[in-house]
Amino acid sequence: MTGARTERADAVPAAAAPPAVVRVRGLDASYDERRVLEGVDLDVGEGEIMVVMGGSGSGKSTLLRHLLALNRPARGSVEIFGRDLAGLSGRELYALRRRMGVAFQGGALFNSLTVEDNVAFPLREHTRLDDNTVRIMARMKLEVVGLAGFEKLMPAQLSGGMIKRAALARAIIMDPALLFFDEPSAGLDPVVSAGLDELILRLRDTMGVTVIVVTHELDSAFRIADRITVLDQGRVLVSGAKEAVRNSSHPRVQNLLHRRIEEVRVNADEYLRRLTDDLAGL
Amino acid sequence: MSAVGFIEAAGRRTLGGVAEAGYLFMLFAESLYWLLVGPFIRQPVRLPNLFAEMMRIGALAVPIVFLLSFANGVIMAIQGIATLKEFDAESQVVPGIAYSVTREFGVLIAAIVVAGRSGSAVAARIGSMQLSQEIDALRVMGVEPVRYLVAPILLATLTMLPVLTILADAAAMLGGGLYSSFVLHISLTTFFERAFEVLVPYDVVQGLIKSVVFGGLIALIACSNGFSVVGGAEGLGRATTRSVVLSIAAIVVADMIFTYFLTR
Repeated sequence: MTGARTERADAVPAAAAPPAVVRVRGLDASYDERRVLEGVDLDVGEGEIMVVMGGSGSGKSTLLRHLLALNRPARGSVEIFGRDLAGLSGRELYALRRRMGVAFQGGALFNSLTVEDNVAFPLREHTRLDDNTVRIMARMKLEVVGLAGFEKLMPAQLSGGMIKRAALARAIIMDPALLFFDEPSAGLDPVVSAGLDELILRLRDTMGVTVIVVTHELDSAFRIADRITVLDQGRVLVSGAKEAVRNSSHPRVQNLLHRRIEEVRVNADEYLRRLTDDLAGL
Repeated sequence: MSAVGFIEAAGRRTLGGVAEAGYLFMLFAESLYWLLVGPFIRQPVRLPNLFAEMMRIGALAVPIVFLLSFANGVIMAIQGIATLKEFDAESQVVPGIAYSVTREFGVLIAAIVVAGRSGSAVAARIGSMQLSQEIDALRVMGVEPVRYLVAPILLATLTMLPVLTILADAAAMLGGGLYSSFVLHISLTTFFERAFEVLVPYDVVQGLIKSVVFGGLIALIACSNGFSVVGGAEGLGRATTRSVVLSIAAIVVADMIFTYFLTR
């Protein structure tokens, strides 16, 4: 890993890493013929905020789907809380998922339910708490994310930032030990986005939850991360403390950090072949 | 297209069809599992969800099913009387309507209305939930989409289509009876008395057996098309259309097969 080379004193040293909550080894994934992930390793320790960063097409969404057990690994393993996801029975996976919370990119709120019912949904499905308790708990979480007073609105009536907050409230309603957040700042203005970042940091500090954030936003990533993993074309370029990533000598990482457009080098023969490959009579 | 290409394409379509049939069966088996086992492992199919679906699929379809069946009854009376006139046997229109409505057309109209109304709505609803990651959200929250979405829809369709079929039978008989009573100068009571003289319970049961089969086909085809949505709004539209076309085709073909075995 490139991160070890440039480790700084202010970073969490790898040797003293807390027990691993997530451990991914040699993960390969492909859609049809196309390779999307190749030999991805990822370790996330308890109570830390890991940001998985990469541009579109880097494979970060696919990695997230594997962490959520929505996709099955073609090769390699994904362990969450020390359990290999591939070996879990339906019931074990069900138990594991009750310890995880996910805020999806577009919120994925249920359109037919009010904000409060959305947030209360996991409680109603998984607990036998009476309705008043459920509503009080839902309102407490809405308060945490700054949406007090919006209980009765429908998702369609919310702004982009509010949808993400509501999704976050739903993700933490079961007090998960592991929280996933897909693109917290995508499509939001900088102020709203910074507010969400603050919220994620506060959640970690108050609840001690382990957080995995998937994002392409540099500012947001460096604001909240303890450690950063940079994905590019399905491979991990660098993984380590913020400073280690910032100082990484890997040219593609520096390109990404400085928003430089990749220079595309093309072999002339290769280019000609690609253009004319499937044309008849050539 | 070359011969090999044609055979290849045909083979691929056949494989696709077999895979889809397998998926429908799996959805059916899983729904059955959740309906039967769910309550014992504290993951029941929710009654409010079931009632909401019964309302949407069944109760709200009552006016249109009534209207179409009534019209169908009138059409059958017009055609029947016109045809039978040549043999001076107009009065035979009564058993004609009674048999064809209870065995065939009541259930067919009810099923086609439900396929058009609810099949498309279900496919669109599940499809848009798929696109907005709501299905994924259900999964990661430990709520099986088949239990939460498919099982109530399936059960509601299986129970409501027979009810709608009885309604359709009654409406078509009423339509046919009213027209006949005007043209043949008999009272509506006489019409129904003569109809019930020839009808046996098995005639109505035939229709009801079919309605359960059609209901299952509609629900499963709509759900599976909803889950298969990819590619945004265009994909959603395609899946919705496909759901309606496929379920109506399935209904008619299944009707032919069942009629062969039930009526001969």
